[in-house]
Amino acid sequence: MTDILYASGLVKRYGALVVTDGLDLTLRSGELHAVIGPNGAGKTTLIHQLAGEIAPDAGAIVLKGRDITRAPVHRRALAGLGRSYQITSVFREFSVLENVMLAVQARQGHSFRFWRPAGRDAGLAKPAREALERVRLGHAAQRRTGTLAHGEMRQLEIAMALAMRPEVLLLDEPMAGMSRQESAGLVELLAELKGLYSIVLVEHDMDAVFALADRITVLSYGRAIACGTPAAIRCDEAVRTAYLGEGND
Amino acid sequence: MSASARPSVGRAPSLGEDVAQRQEGRSVSASARPSVGRAPSLGEDVAQRQEGRSVSASARPSGFAKLAPSLDTPATAGSGRRAALRRALPAAAVFLALCLVPAVAYWIGQPFWLGLVARIMILGLAAAGLNLVLGYGGMVSLGHAMYLGIGAYSVGILSAHGVEAGAAHLAVALAIGGAVAVAVGFVCLKTSGMAFIMITLAFAQMFYFLAVSLKQYGGDDGLTIAMHSRIPGLDLENPYQFYLLVLGVLAVVCGLSHRLVHSRFGMVLRGSRQNPRRMLALGFPTFRYRLAAYVLSAQIVVVAGFLLANLARFASPSYMSWTLSGDLVLMCVLGGMGTLLGPIVGAAAFVLLEEFLSGMPLDLPPAVADLVRTHWLGFFGAFVVAVVLFARRGLYGALTAGGKADD
Repeated sequence: MTDILYASGLVKRYGALVVTDGLDLTLRSGELHAVIGPNGAGKTTLIHQLAGEIAPDAGAIVLKGRDITRAPVHRRALAGLGRSYQITSVFREFSVLENVMLAVQARQGHSFRFWRPAGRDAGLAKPAREALERVRLGHAAQRRTGTLAHGEMRQLEIAMALAMRPEVLLLDEPMAGMSRQESAGLVELLAELKGLYSIVLVEHDMDAVFALADRITVLSYGRAIACGTPAAIRCDEAVRTAYLGEGND
Repeated sequence: MSASARPSVGRAPSLGEDVAQRQEGRSVSASARPSVGRAPSLGEDVAQRQEGRSVSASARPSGFAKLAPSLDTPATAGSGRRAALRRALPAAAVFLALCLVPAVAYWIGQPFWLGLVARIMILGLAAAGLNLVLGYGGMVSLGHAMYLGIGAYSVGILSAHGVEAGAAHLAVALAIGGAVAVAVGFVCLKTSGMAFIMITLAFAQMFYFLAVSLKQYGGDDGLTIAMHSRIPGLDLENPYQFYLLVLGVLAVVCGLSHRLVHSRFGMVLRGSRQNPRRMLALGFPTFRYRLAAYVLSAQIVVVAGFLLANLARFASPSYMSWTLSGDLVLMCVLGGMGTLLGPIVGAAAFVLLEEFLSGMPLDLPPAVADLVRTHWLGFFGAFVVAVVLFARRGLYGALTAGGKADD
């Protein structure tokens, strides 16, 4: 398998606080790579650096063989990086369908089109509906996004990321705040998506992570203290100490 | 600020305004009359959406979708068309009312009304231009009066040099306005929030003082324009023809704006207001779209400035004053930001209230009437506060009940 995305020697400091400390991460093509770690380990900061919202102080990020360390967010998105946010980030005044249509529109080239109503554009609506059906949100297509339940908004986030037709998905705690039932639905969905996309999954739900991941990277204080298959991580002594708090027995 | 110190924009002295006329004129109601039958294209839109809705509702697979109760109700295409008609109704009513104004003014022999309503439409046009960035784009520009001034001075300065062709006036105005808007927008849009407000204000003040310093063109006193712009087939001296020109321009701009805000470009613009960060993450280089919207918005205001100069036969630095920029923002807020006709309704409310309160034609005890007349701005302020508090989507949003649609 080839590495579709890799980061090497990433460093991000906020004053004296080193949030990302010489981090290496490789994402193989088609794998689901989970990133776990205690709160404050730098997981979201890592996602932000991969997506381009935060510039690293040192290190390099390479997507499909191209250095994107300094590329702006939108260019990375068009190059195939789709993402969902830890804190739901959608367009609340648009309908659910319009949210996803915007994602479709983004990858279809420039939007200097002033005349035709976007709402009646089958070239936007059809792929958008497919993405919504995929995340099982098709029934809510016409609802105003602000009226969705929390779990539905999380599904919408993923639909928007999928509609970008990305090669790499960066999912930042997609299950945050979801009910047990909703989480189970999402695990089911991610299992379907697995293999179709290369996925970086940041998640606190350990059941989900160990069920889904091909490989797991464990972060602690901005460093990768372990990286391996779920089975290997489960037995890793350093991980137990740093993360599971079981090192003393 | 006292009533006399306030720059009164584009009031047309040539149209023979005086208090007596104003008081007679009040018996005519300018209220909007409902009408049926506009924009059938909206019907298709809704019908299609609802068709799509029933498709998606049937294809509901397993998983957590079951947990979410659906709020959708199946709807027929017929009710969709009716809903679309209902949405088009206010626009039709506003434009029908505006069409009736010349007839009524002619009938009752009150051409003063033409000038007043033309002024409302021109300011409404400027506010509608501003609304493109303010309401739809979320960019609070406090400097849009600058473009009103550019439009007006293009007419004034060219006329002073003997150029009277309206096409030349408009072409120069749009060229200068466009160049300024690209440059100013490029700088301003690097910022956001409070910084954006302040920097747009700063640019407008620069142009204001530039106009004041143009001694050869009247400086502080402004520039009287000897002749109307000459437009083939139209006689702008004739208040009826001028009125129809303004109405035509307003209708065209509103129609184009309607298309624009629902187009792909409009989706990007509105998306950038709601969640700029997400727009970038989806792959939109938002800066260029916001800049394009800013320039378009400025050009609409330039056209309004061109019309304003022809209405008042005057170009004044006060057209660029920050109070006027603020008035334009106020018109948008008053009428309803992010609604197509809100700014026009806002401009109407603004101008009519100004006329009404500062003239106070009602049969009140003299002491009260005097109080209102001298402190009309205070009463005006109370009205604005009430609207902002109780009608979140402005007068237009309140009138069209619900007012959730983007048009």
